[in-house]
Amino acid sequence: MRKNLNVIAAYCIMMGLIILVGIFQSWNIALSIFNLCLISAVMTMGANIQWGYAGLINFGIMGYTALGGLAAVLISVDPVQEAWSKGGFDILMSLFLIIIMVFVVRYILKKYKKSKIRTYSIASIIILGIIIIRFTAEPGIEAIEAVNPAKTGFLGGLGLPIIFSWIVGALFAGVLAFIIGKVALGLRADYLAIATLLISEIVIAIIKHEDWLTRGVKNVIGLKRPAPYEVNLQQTDWFINLVEKFNLSKLNLISDLSERQAALNQFVIEGSSVFVKLCYSGLFLVIVITLLILTQKALYSPWGRMMRAIRDNEEAANAMGKNVVKQHLLIFVLGSAIVGIAGAMLVTQDGLFTPGSYRPMRYTFLIWVMVIVGGSGNNFGAILGGFVVWFLWIEAAPIGLYLVNLTTAGLDNSHFLKVHLIESVPYFRFLMMGIGLLLIMRYRPKGILPEKIEIK
Amino acid sequence: MAFFEGNNMTGGYGKGPDIINSCSVNVERGEIVSILGPNGAGKSTAMKAMLGLLNLKSGSVIIDGKNISHLSPQDRVKEGISFVPQNKNVFAGMTVKENLEMGAFLVDNDFKIIIEEIYNLFPVLKEKKDQLVGELSGGQRQQVALGRALMIKPSVLMLDEPTAGVSPIVMDELFDHIVKVKKTNVAILMVEQNAKQALNISDRGYVLVTGENRYSGTGKELLNDPRVRSSFLGG
Amino acid sequence: MDFVNAIILLLNYIFVPALAYGSQLALGAIFVTLIYGILRFANFATGDMMSFGTMVTILFTWYFQSLGISLGFLPTALLAIPFAIIFMASYMLLIDKFVFKYYRVNKSPPVQLAMVSIGVMFVTQAVVRIIIGPSDRRFFDGEKFLIKAGEFKEMTGLNEGLAIKSTQVITIIVTMILVSVLFWFLNKTRTGKSMRAYSDNEDLALLSGIDPKKIVMITWIIAGILATIGGALYGLDKSFKPFTYFNNMLPIFAAAIVGGIGNPFGAFLGGYVIAFSEILLTYAYKKFFMYVLPESMEPEGLVQLLSTDYKFAVSFSILVIVLLYRPSGIFKGKIL
Repeated sequence: MRKNLNVIAAYCIMMGLIILVGIFQSWNIALSIFNLCLISAVMTMGANIQWGYAGLINFGIMGYTALGGLAAVLISVDPVQEAWSKGGFDILMSLFLIIIMVFVVRYILKKYKKSKIRTYSIASIIILGIIIIRFTAEPGIEAIEAVNPAKTGFLGGLGLPIIFSWIVGALFAGVLAFIIGKVALGLRADYLAIATLLISEIVIAIIKHEDWLTRGVKNVIGLKRPAPYEVNLQQTDWFINLVEKFNLSKLNLISDLSERQAALNQFVIEGSSVFVKLCYSGLFLVIVITLLILTQKALYSPWGRMMRAIRDNEEAANAMGKNVVKQHLLIFVLGSAIVGIAGAMLVTQDGLFTPGSYRPMRYTFLIWVMVIVGGSGNNFGAILGGFVVWFLWIEAAPIGLYLVNLTTAGLDNSHFLKVHLIESVPYFRFLMMGIGLLLIMRYRPKGILPEKIEIK
Repeated sequence: MAFFEGNNMTGGYGKGPDIINSCSVNVERGEIVSILGPNGAGKSTAMKAMLGLLNLKSGSVIIDGKNISHLSPQDRVKEGISFVPQNKNVFAGMTVKENLEMGAFLVDNDFKIIIEEIYNLFPVLKEKKDQLVGELSGGQRQQVALGRALMIKPSVLMLDEPTAGVSPIVMDELFDHIVKVKKTNVAILMVEQNAKQALNISDRGYVLVTGENRYSGTGKELLNDPRVRSSFLGG
Repeated sequence: MDFVNAIILLLNYIFVPALAYGSQLALGAIFVTLIYGILRFANFATGDMMSFGTMVTILFTWYFQSLGISLGFLPTALLAIPFAIIFMASYMLLIDKFVFKYYRVNKSPPVQLAMVSIGVMFVTQAVVRIIIGPSDRRFFDGEKFLIKAGEFKEMTGLNEGLAIKSTQVITIIVTMILVSVLFWFLNKTRTGKSMRAYSDNEDLALLSGIDPKKIVMITWIIAGILATIGGALYGLDKSFKPFTYFNNMLPIFAAAIVGGIGNPFGAFLGGYVIAFSEILLTYAYKKFFMYVLPESMEPEGLVQLLSTDYKFAVSFSILVIVLLYRPSGIFKGKIL
C-alpha cells in the first residue's frame, strides 16, 4: 500500500505542476504540455515494454515515430487523382516487382541449403531487382513529383478520417520492427542499440527524400482533424454560450455593451483553442488508459512472468523450453507498434508532417531519458517519466532564464556574459536532461517509481 | 612452519554461504602439492582464497613467515605468488613474447634474461614467439600460461586445473613441464581433476570434501589409501 | 588524353575528398574502439566529445588571432590544438572521475555505461551550445588551396582541374603521423602493450600486476587527443556545427564496427571503407563516362547509383550488412 501511495503522490505532484503552469502561464500552454506529455507517455510505454519487460534496447524510436506520422498522412490526405493517373501505374508496377523479388528470395532461402552460391545469387537478385525497380519507377516518380509541386507533388493518401491512422501507424511500425527484429535481435545489447539507431536514420532518410510518397522536406500541412476547428467553434452558438456561462462573473463586471462583446470575443478565441486541446486530451487519455490497462494486464499475466524470466535469465528460460527468440521478436514488434501509435497521434495533434523535424535527440534519446527516469519495468513509472521529462523539457527555458537572472543579478543588463547566457537559455534543457539522467542513474538507478517485485 | 600456508581458512564469495570451512593447505619450496576432491568440494575456492580473490571470515594466509591475509591479489603477486587460472589464462590477442612480457610487468630490471630462461624451459615457445597465442594449440597455450606466470620469478606457483580439456599425451607433457618448474625451487600448488596422474608427480596431496580437509598425506600414501582410491580415484 | 582527364576527375571528386573524410572518420573510430576495448562500453557521447574538443580549439584559435599570432600559410588552429588537447584531456578525466568511474568500480553492465554516456552526451552538448552557440562556424585561416583547379589546368593543359585544399593535405598528414605514433605506442611500448593486455583479458592483466587506474587514465588522455584532433580537422576541412558533430557519431560508429570493434587498426581502415563507399556510391559518373566511352555510347542520365541524399544511409547499410554477416568486423587481426 505504501508503494501505491508513492505512485499517487507522484502523479498528484505532476498534475499540480501542470495546473500551476495553467494558472501562472496560461491554460493553453498547460494543455499543450499535458497533451504532449500524454503522447510521450505512449512512447515511453512502448520503449518500456521492450526495455523493462524484455531488456531489449531499441534506439530506433525515432524511426517508428516517423512511420506513425507517415501513416497519418497516407490515411487522411485526399488522393491526388492527377498524380495517380500520371505515375500511379509505374509505382504499382514497382511495388509488384518488389513483392515478386521478396518471394523469389524467400523461395531460394527455403529451397536451397546455405552456401556461398546461394548468398551471392540472392545478393545479385537484390541488386538486379533494385536496378530494374529504379528504372520502372523513375518516370512515374518524376511525373508524380511534377504534378503541382508547390501544393501536392505526391500521391496523397486515402482520404479517410485521421483517427484510423493510429491503427495503421501501429501496423507500419510493427512491420518495420518485424523486419529489423528478424535481422538484428540476435546482436549483443550495445550492437543492437547502434544498429537500431542507424536503421532509424535510414528510415528518416527515406521519408525525407522519397517525395512522391511523403512530400519529403516540403512537409504536408493542413491534415484533417478529429477535433473541431477553432474558427468554426468561434461561430457556433452553443460554444459561445458555454464560454459566456463560464466567464459570467468576469463579464458581469463590464457594464459597457460593446466592451463586453469584445471581452467575450477574446474569451471565445482563447476558449476555442483550449477546447480543441481538451478534445485532444480526451482522445489521448483514452489511448493512454487503454494501453495502460492492457500493458498492466500483460505484465501480471503468465506471459508477463515469462518475459521477466527471459529478461532476468535468458539461458535458464531457454533451457525450460521457452522460445526466447520468438518472444523477443514479439515484444519488439509490440513495443514498436505502440511507438507507431504515438507517432500518428503526434502528427494528428500538430496537423502537419515535417520529416525534417525527426531528430534522434528529441525522438530517441529524450524518450530513453523518460524511461530511465520514470522507472523501467513499471508502466506507471514510464508514464510518469514521460510527464516529468516532457514538463522539464518545456519548462527548462523559463527555469533557466530565472536561474540566469538570479545568478547574474549583480551584472549590468548589457554585460556580455549576461546577454550571452540569456541567449543560451534554450540549451539549458539539454543540460537539465543530462544532469537529471546522470543523477537518477547514480542515486536512483531503478527510476522514480521502481519496478515492483511482488511476492504472492 | 611451511613456506606458504593457508591456515583454517573459512569463507565464500561475496555474501554467499561459506564454501570452505576451516581448510588448511601448505606447501614448501621445491614441492608439488595437489588439492583433490569431488566436484564442488571447494578446491579452486581454497586456492583462490590463498590468492586473495575472496574475503576470508577467519583463518590466515602466510608466506615465508609473513602474514598476507589482508593484501589484495595484486599485492600478493608482488610477494612472489603467481597464479594460472583455469580459463582465459593467456592474452589470446597478443603474441607469445608479448604474453611473457606482460607476465613480467612488475619486474623492474631487464626481463629479457628471464624470457630466455622460459624459452629454455619451454623450447616450443621460442619457435612461436611472434605468433598470436590465440592461434596456438591447447597444450602450447598452457605452456604460455605457465611461462607468463613464471616471469615474475615466483616463489609460489598456483595452478587451477592446468590439464583441463587437453589430450592425455599433452597432459603427460604438461606434467613433465610442471616437474621441471618444481626443480627451479618453486613451491607448486595445484588443483587437479586427473587425480591419479597428479598424485603421481605430487610430493603431497590434500583431499577436500565439502570445503573441509578430509585426507592428506604424501602422493604415494594417498594413491595407496583404499578409502581415497575407492571414493576419488575410481577403484 | 581523355583517359587522363577521367582519372583526374575521379581523383578530384572522389579520391582526395574521400581520403580526407576517411581520415577524419578514422580518428573518431579509433576513439570509439579504444573506449569500447578498454572501458568496455559504446560511447554515445563520441560526437559531442569531438565537438567539445573542436570548440576549445576554436576558442584558442580566436585567442591567438586576437594576439596576432599566426602560422603563416598554415591555419592558426594547428597551434591551438595542443592547448585544446590539454583542456580536453582534463575534461575527459573529470567526466570519468565524476561519472564513469562509479559504474566501472561497481562492475555495471556495459548497457548501463552506454546509458550513462547518453547523459554525458546531453551535458556536453549543452555546454558546447551554451559556450559557443549552435551556429555554423569557420575558423580556417591561412592558405586555402595547395593546388587550384585553374592552375592545375594551365600547368598540365588538361580539361579537368585538380583542386587540393590545404586542409585536405593537413588532415591526411596529421592523421598518418598520429595513427603511426599511436600504433607504435600500442605495439612497442610497455604501457601500450599493457593497455592491449587489459583490453584482451582484464582479470589476467590484474593478476599480472597491471594497474587499471593508470590504464584508464591513459585511455582517456589518448581519447582526448583523438577527439580533439579528429574534430578540429573535420572543422577545418568543412565547418564546425555542433549538430553535424552529433550526427557524425553515426558513420563513426559504423566505421568502428565495420573494422571490428576493439580493433584500432580495423577502425582506421573502417573509416576509409565508410568514406569511400559513401562517396563512390553517390557520385554521378556521367562526366567520367563521357571521357572514357566513345561519343555514341555516352550515357543520358547522371549515372548515379544513389542520390546524395542517401549518403548516410549507405554507410549504415554497410554497417547493418556487416553486423549481420560478420559481427566481428571485416578485418581480421590483433585485437587492441
